Amino acid sequence: MTGPALQIDDLSVAYNSRWALEGATFSVPRGAMLGVVGPNGGGKSTMVKALLGLVPAQRGTVRVLGQRLDRRVRRLVGYVPQQDEVNWNFPVSAFDVVLMGRLPALKLFRRYSARDREMARKALETVGMSHVSDARIRELSGGQQQRVFLARALAQEAEVLLLDEPVSGVDAPSQREIFELLRRLQDAGKTIVVTTHDLSSVAERFDLAMLLNRKVVGLGRPDDVLTEELLNETYESRLMILNIEGRTVAVEHGRHLGGG
Amino acid sequence: MDFLEQVLEPLQFGFMQRGLAASVLVAVICGILGGFVVLKGLAFIGDALAHASFGGVALAFVLGFNIYLGAFVFALATALGIGAITRRGRVSSDTAIGVLFSGTFAFGILIISRVDGYTTDLFGYLFGDVLSITASDLWTILILGVVVLLLVAVFYRQLIFVGFDPTVAAAAGLRAGALNYLLLALLGATIVTAIQAVGIVLVVALLVTPAATAYLITRRFHHMIAASSGIGAVCAVLGIYLSYYLNVASGAAIILVATTLFLITLALTGLPDKAIEPEGGEGEPV
Repeated sequence: MTGPALQIDDLSVAYNSRWALEGATFSVPRGAMLGVVGPNGGGKSTMVKALLGLVPAQRGTVRVLGQRLDRRVRRLVGYVPQQDEVNWNFPVSAFDVVLMGRLPALKLFRRYSARDREMARKALETVGMSHVSDARIRELSGGQQQRVFLARALAQEAEVLLLDEPVSGVDAPSQREIFELLRRLQDAGKTIVVTTHDLSSVAERFDLAMLLNRKVVGLGRPDDVLTEELLNETYESRLMILNIEGRTVAVEHGRHLGGG
Repeated sequence: MDFLEQVLEPLQFGFMQRGLAASVLVAVICGILGGFVVLKGLAFIGDALAHASFGGVALAFVLGFNIYLGAFVFALATALGIGAITRRGRVSSDTAIGVLFSGTFAFGILIISRVDGYTTDLFGYLFGDVLSITASDLWTILILGVVVLLLVAVFYRQLIFVGFDPTVAAAAGLRAGALNYLLLALLGATIVTAIQAVGIVLVVALLVTPAATAYLITRRFHHMIAASSGIGAVCAVLGIYLSYYLNVASGAAIILVATTLFLITLALTGLPDKAIEPEGGEGEPV
């Protein structure tokens, strides 16, 4: 397995003959932590889903660790979905959810082995959720749910973690815990891609930032990318960049996006 | 006559033995599939497949084929048709279900309206006539039931993963689309086994009601489907005895026992946080 964690070339997705993502070309080196920001409807979720092959792409190629996305390579990519993708009615425990991460590698007619269970336990431990192992997933807080889903991706032995809006609807202390956890996973060698509205967290905690509005407007170190000029280009007229006491604060549609 | 005699008396008749065996078997299968039906919000499509199967029953009856086969083919074709129409994205699945099931049901009515004299037999399929089940019906139900249960057992974890988190399941390499069709095919087969026991019109109740009751009293999925099967079996037995002693329709008696049990459970548990959210709706956790 050679090559960067993600190598994307000319990835383009259209819905109802309108481009949601056009000509995205970039690569993410191994061990990087990339924050993808951009306006609502700017194609963040579409890009994540196109990377995973969940929406059909009109053109373009995706390579993960130098390989095309087949069933085996898919296991190397761990996906943490948005809250509304999940059917919360299902009465499953946190441990059940993490164990699902072992399922793609499991042969038909086989039961989960002691090793599978051990890996699920370890993954829950890594994200600090061992104490809610038996709790019903629906009864956990939003932040706890995100961490359990991360544990599932870890149990899957994913090398690349894709998180779609992991901190939206999560309270501030839990947001910080999730970002700190992601940093620890990065230190452990994982490559991490996160879509978020939280510009300031990207500025402070990520080593790569991408601005996305249908096209990739900018990609690089947060200091180089999160500039007033590029932010204005990305958010068009919908974002106000304020400079308050030396800190950059971004406001979209009257909504507070977070400041440093 | 003491209680034991009352329990044993109906069992001296072969039709009662077969009726009891068939309805318990059907209730167990429906209880397990019902877990998925309730959690995935498949009640409407389940009802639709049951009604659609009537076209197959009527056609097979007239042409002299096996009516179970006719029912299954129609249910399966309707499920595939709904999937195919919905996938194009121009018509919502609700609408596709409504159009297809009423069409195939009307086709069944049209056929039986031309066959005088047989209509009473065919109406038995509409409203259920478990006490007229023959030994060969019972074998068909048993074989279909075993096949359904084996397939659920083999794909159990996959079905739960896809039901709980379809996007991630697909992203991780599970064949989510194929698993959804498998579930619909299993639903079709289950409905076919239940047609004679409770009737096409009431099949959906056997799928939904015991599973909904089980959902109220359990916290894990495997407990839920175990409870759902158990509750279904109890309803089947009580319903058959009620039907024998009160001389009322067996299918209706089974369903009314299930309905009563559900309402009692709902009143006793009464926790607002147990409410089932519509899938894809505001699934915000508390």
